[in-house]
Amino acid sequence: MGGARVGPGAVIDGFTIGRLVHGGAMANLWEVSHAGFEPPLLMKVPVLSEGADPAAIVSFEMEQMILPRLSGPHVPRFIAAGDFAVQPYLVMEQVPGPSMLRHLPRLPLAAREVADLGATIAVALDDLHRQHVVHLDVKPSNVLTRPGGEAVLVDFGLSRHDQLPDLMAEQFRLPYGTAPYMAPEQVLGERRDPRSDQFALGVLMYFFATGARPFGDPQRLAGLKRRLWRDPVPPRRLRPGCPPWLQEIILRCLEVNPAWRYPTAAQLAFELRHPEQVRLTARSERMRRDSFTTVLRRRFQEDSSRPGRAGAVAGHAAGAPIVAVAIDLADTAPPLAEALRTHVAHILGSLPGARVACLNVLKQGVLTLDSDLDTEGRNKVLQRLVELRHWAGPLDLEEGRVSFHVLESPHPAAALLRYARDNRVDHIILGARAASTRRTLLGSVSGEVAAHAPCTVTVVRLRRHAAAEASGASEEQDGGTWTVG
Amino acid sequence: MRIALLADIHGNREAFEACLQDARRRGCGQVVLLGDYVGYGADPAWTVEKVMELVGEGALAVLGNHDNAVGDWKEDLTPDAEVAITWTRGQLGAPARRFLAALPMGIEDGERLYVHANVAPARRWSYLDGLDPALRALKACRAQAVFCGHVHVPALYGITASGKGIAFRPVPGVPIPLPRHRRWLAVLGAVGQPRDGGTAASYALLDADLAELTYYRVPYDVQAASAKIRAAGLPDALAERLGKGR
Repeated sequence: MGGARVGPGAVIDGFTIGRLVHGGAMANLWEVSHAGFEPPLLMKVPVLSEGADPAAIVSFEMEQMILPRLSGPHVPRFIAAGDFAVQPYLVMEQVPGPSMLRHLPRLPLAAREVADLGATIAVALDDLHRQHVVHLDVKPSNVLTRPGGEAVLVDFGLSRHDQLPDLMAEQFRLPYGTAPYMAPEQVLGERRDPRSDQFALGVLMYFFATGARPFGDPQRLAGLKRRLWRDPVPPRRLRPGCPPWLQEIILRCLEVNPAWRYPTAAQLAFELRHPEQVRLTARSERMRRDSFTTVLRRRFQEDSSRPGRAGAVAGHAAGAPIVAVAIDLADTAPPLAEALRTHVAHILGSLPGARVACLNVLKQGVLTLDSDLDTEGRNKVLQRLVELRHWAGPLDLEEGRVSFHVLESPHPAAALLRYARDNRVDHIILGARAASTRRTLLGSVSGEVAAHAPCTVTVVRLRRHAAAEASGASEEQDGGTWTVG
Repeated sequence: MRIALLADIHGNREAFEACLQDARRRGCGQVVLLGDYVGYGADPAWTVEKVMELVGEGALAVLGNHDNAVGDWKEDLTPDAEVAITWTRGQLGAPARRFLAALPMGIEDGERLYVHANVAPARRWSYLDGLDPALRALKACRAQAVFCGHVHVPALYGITASGKGIAFRPVPGVPIPLPRHRRWLAVLGAVGQPRDGGTAASYALLDADLAELTYYRVPYDVQAASAKIRAAGLPDALAERLGKGR
């Protein structure tokens, strides 16, 4: 170990070392260049000096295992790894964008901005969790922003890959993480729960919304453990301007029991993007911390708010999908609407963590966009929302599990597809209307959605009897369904 | 080079053939057989013949406790295994018995050590079925990576930079990096009699160039293998457990 000296001008496996970007206790980050790879590149080299923290080496090896297995826009692209026998290093894309630290001088931020930043981070976390990784060190300095606005998570030295050995598990007497952001279960040594990242994001949003950190910056284990029984000051007490919906979301992320947070980061992102649809519970109204006696009881008695056991990382997402149902509200559609509802009920029955977004597309002709659309259009949207609620009524879903959206677009299929992409929808359910001359000429919405959707699509179709089909009469009522994986 | 690691075949022809075919399809260039070719299953003669053929083509093979019991009547086995080995002795001809008797306890291949049960050269067949025995075994040898079977439940153990041990249950089909500067002990699942609740045959492929180990599960014709065990008049429990993976 050790090998050639790493410094400006040195060449390691074809990578020419440039400027030192960041010097840390655990690792140094160098700008590097290589004829075979598109710049800018970054080389991470662990500090391996005599007496160095063994955690630094274990953590670096963990990152060397995890980073090459990740892909997508929300992580830095992996380029190369150096053999430990010669010179350990990791080369990755240097993400062209600043970290969330840039916002610190402007704190507190407006609620809408906190929610927007929070949503981009939640989307990145969802992407990571689907790749079987819990980050476990989410904080402003570890979240960068691409020019396009996507959040990029960096530094996987404390992360846990659900399908690889966890080198960090039970290695050290103290839990590793960043004190202000660490989830309570992480303090207790649990490293498998993706909802730990939601907690850290909750701390970040609390900090951004109020300018204060909810649990301070404790330096000892006893101080870290305080968050298991001491609830934070409600954000609205610190910032009266903080809207109830944002407090609701932040405090839910900060629940001590992971099971009381959002089932998935995608669902958290969904809430942050639809503030008007956030179900306000007692969390949103809190103006003070729990009473002394409540806190004492919590501290000295085992209670149900303690974190339970975590499940598999990607399993969480599978059990709590976001299901979007496109509902045609036209008069001619009742049997189909009924079949759709039955199908949605089946899915909800087997997936208690699922949430449903009921969608309707208000088809606006491109040429009919005129000035009096404002009032008339608004009324149409409100009327459709009422009808969507009416459609969902028999499903008997508690508030917070269902939301209603009217999309306005001249192209229904494009609108549905965009919605599915933007909101990390896992499953689109929509009806196929009976064959008609018009559909044959224009192509069907369901066909287009099925062909281009980023997720599973179920097209619910009413079974047509042969005789009815031959005569061109309308369909009968039994449902027939096909699903596109 | 990709090395196929197969342990605990136990006379299960259907499972053995399925794993060999899967390994060939995945570009395996070397076969390593980690012992217990006979016992329990109904095709010991065919299995040993196949092992001899593979060894003739360059495969490596070590001795298992059931293989040893064929010639060593003092070997201590469970009652069902005892019945099966008695029947097996009547199935194997002299060349097969001579072949089994000549197998080594372990084979060192560079920095890798292949054994059936444990690293000790004595024929004691103790189980590496947890982190503590696995770490003791790693301390007792110099190999960078040890590969064994015998437990019938896949597992991976390692020693990290801080000297602590880690235990891991491999996920089928997911390559696990085994960095060369750390030490590893990989317990293979069983080809012919899985006991981890899965009925599919278990084996692994080591990519020696990438230093990555991937455990695989291969479905095979369990009904046929069970039916043969019953037809041979072997204990019914041996047929039944193939269908349960226990």
